[in-house]
Amino acid sequence: MRFVDEFRQPELIARAAEEIRRLADPTRHYRLMEVCGGHTHAIYRFGLKDVLPDNIELIHGPGCPVCVLPMGRIDDGMSVAQDPNVIFAAFGDMMRVPGTHGSPLEHKARGRDVRIVYSPADALKLARANPDKHVMFFAIGFETTAPSTALTVLRAKAEGVRNFSVFCNHVTIIPAIRAILDSPDMRLDAFIGPGHVSTVIGCRPYEWIAQNEHKPIVVCGFEPLDLLQSIVMLLRQLKAGEAKVENQYKRVVPWEGNRAALRAMGEVFQLRSFFEWRGLGFISQSALRMRDEFSEWDAEQRFSIPGIRVTDPKAAQCGEVLKGVLKPHQCKLFGRECTPEHPIGALMVSSEGSCAAYFNYEHRKQAMVNILSPTA
Amino acid sequence: MAHGAGGQASRRLIEGLFAPILFGASAEPLTDAAHVKFDGAQLAITTDSFVVKPIRFPGGSIGELAVNGTANDLAVSGARPEALVVTYIVEAGLRSEILEAEVRAMGTAAQKAGVRIVGGDTKVVEHGKADSMYITTAGIGRALKGVVIDPASVKPGDKILVSGPIGDHGITILLARGELDLEADLTSDTRSVFPLVEVLVRAAGPGVRWMRDPTRGGAATSLNELARDCGLGIVLQEEEIPVRDAVRGACELLGLDPLHIANEGQFLAVVAPEYADAAINALNLTLGGEDARVIGEVREQPTGAVLISTRYGGSRIIDMLVGDPLPRIC
Amino acid sequence: MCLAIPGKIIEISSDNPDTALIDVVGVRRKVDLGLLQDDRPVAGDWVLIHVGFAMSKISEQDAAEQMETLRMLGESEAAVQEVRGYGLDEPSNRPWDGRNRVEDLE
Repeated sequence: MRFVDEFRQPELIARAAEEIRRLADPTRHYRLMEVCGGHTHAIYRFGLKDVLPDNIELIHGPGCPVCVLPMGRIDDGMSVAQDPNVIFAAFGDMMRVPGTHGSPLEHKARGRDVRIVYSPADALKLARANPDKHVMFFAIGFETTAPSTALTVLRAKAEGVRNFSVFCNHVTIIPAIRAILDSPDMRLDAFIGPGHVSTVIGCRPYEWIAQNEHKPIVVCGFEPLDLLQSIVMLLRQLKAGEAKVENQYKRVVPWEGNRAALRAMGEVFQLRSFFEWRGLGFISQSALRMRDEFSEWDAEQRFSIPGIRVTDPKAAQCGEVLKGVLKPHQCKLFGRECTPEHPIGALMVSSEGSCAAYFNYEHRKQAMVNILSPTA
Repeated sequence: MAHGAGGQASRRLIEGLFAPILFGASAEPLTDAAHVKFDGAQLAITTDSFVVKPIRFPGGSIGELAVNGTANDLAVSGARPEALVVTYIVEAGLRSEILEAEVRAMGTAAQKAGVRIVGGDTKVVEHGKADSMYITTAGIGRALKGVVIDPASVKPGDKILVSGPIGDHGITILLARGELDLEADLTSDTRSVFPLVEVLVRAAGPGVRWMRDPTRGGAATSLNELARDCGLGIVLQEEEIPVRDAVRGACELLGLDPLHIANEGQFLAVVAPEYADAAINALNLTLGGEDARVIGEVREQPTGAVLISTRYGGSRIIDMLVGDPLPRIC
Repeated sequence: MCLAIPGKIIEISSDNPDTALIDVVGVRRKVDLGLLQDDRPVAGDWVLIHVGFAMSKISEQDAAEQMETLRMLGESEAAVQEVRGYGLDEPSNRPWDGRNRVEDLE
């Protein structure tokens, strides 16, 4: 696969790992946060922790749009799905996330019309194909995904498709990073910056992290060589005492972002004054809602949504894990009441949730010593 | 719903509910086919149901799956598939041409697989209760001499073999459902694997410890079951696992792992190391076995688990599936 | 939010310039080019695909430059070590590491 396989070459990975070992000061313990859940997933999938020295600690950030969604929002979405005339459409990522009365898949097993879609455009297609039903698309994602939802709404409006609406849970990444940096328990050296969000917002929005917080941030791709190269770049900055924004993912991320995508977002969405983030609490100006001109395609306007707040069980420590204060296995419920098969919180069920990643990829490895001799 | 997907939930249903009631105090691990002895002869017997949707897809149909699936369960238990009986559960209102097409497909598949269909039954249920049709087949086979399939015989150092590329069937079905709007030149790999099993047994007979056909839940599920049953660890080499480009592309696009995807024409085998090369060579020289590979080996650790490792030294645990593999965007 | 894959544009739809057929090692899907309307790609271009939309054009040049940088990793350092061994540095700046002798170079 072009633009994928080149960035997985073992010889180059070994070289990058060697450079990291050379750059890392053995007397120092580095705490690098990867903001984006996709990076968390990539780190585990490629086993990158195995090639990093022990004094580089990767802390998983809150950039998992499924993980930060409060259960109440899922309940709200499912309440609309109870209407037999409604087709509930969402990405596969949402299907196992627990709501108070079950996950979307469990609702499907009980006879509700729940469909997995790969694209918001597919949800619109469902609406065109099912004129006597209403298709509600449960939209999630950061700025990577919001423009696609926006464009789909614009297309729905242009075509006059009236049996389609969006339940908008899009959130924005900068407030999440701010919440991390404002957290008193947080001690971080640098950031591995979001890759695909940056194709939309560009690299400028991160400048305050470097300038005001004096933390280096490197916008990073998702292949093993991208992650390792970004860590090299961060170590070089830290060694030189610098703090700046760098773009490692140049082949895809334009420094100024994608104007057309930002325009589409701006046309359809506006910022909510505040939004509740699971584990992080209420954050102002951190989420999107649809503008009034598009109320016809806004599920929150078309349907009466209960809007009940559901708090997490007291014992669940999703918030601390989300902020990187606790490691997944340090949560009291991890591996006991909360497993991928019966998850309590979304971090255990989302493919990029740190708890799921840790459970699936890591915690059994912890019990083993010396299974493999590293082949360089 | 998750209980039918072949992974952890399915296993719990079988082990927690069926086995204690039906199999009594037997502590034997569950296998694809049971071997029973009659007056000195050893017969293998198995049954399986087929509920695939859509019932016709590139490379095959539900009828072919029903023949090959059961024949394969017999084959990987170390038996030559001999005869099948079949039950059709058909939705009222189903056009007769559709049923006829499946019956014909089964006849052809049976001929190709060298098995006789010796009987069957049909039931019609209300419209909407059978997704067009469901098929159940039960099969018997003759145990191959000198082959003892037993996870307890698996030892550290044994090699893990796969007969060919993984993921073809599951991805073909996913694409055939049409919900994801993806197209690829992919077909189901449904076929009888007995000819390849026979080649393996001839080349490595005394060294064949275990075989399985990784259907729902994929190779990951079968290998996790093996690790659990033998109490040892399995370490796979990622670069050695054969995967077709289109399967890889679809998996990358949808965020799926080929190891979790169903196969209907492949099998996994554990072979003593001294026989592994001969086994692979023999398979590679056989029509349909050209892509057979050694993909890993058995080790003491990680106990009861499956690890996959890359050439640059990174590794991760491969778990059993929880429910069906779902496409993701994150 | 992050799963995005590079794909090659096979053809732009004749009746809708915002729709294109892309190929990812043999898997094909229609994607929406609406987010790239300011810099329209053409058949043969590579784009990054996320949830059925093209997010960005992939710069083959940047990718090639990155590969070059990655290949050079460690090489420049090896060259520096070798040069140090020639004894061309200022003696006062150069710590004795036991390698500054010509006989050590091979």
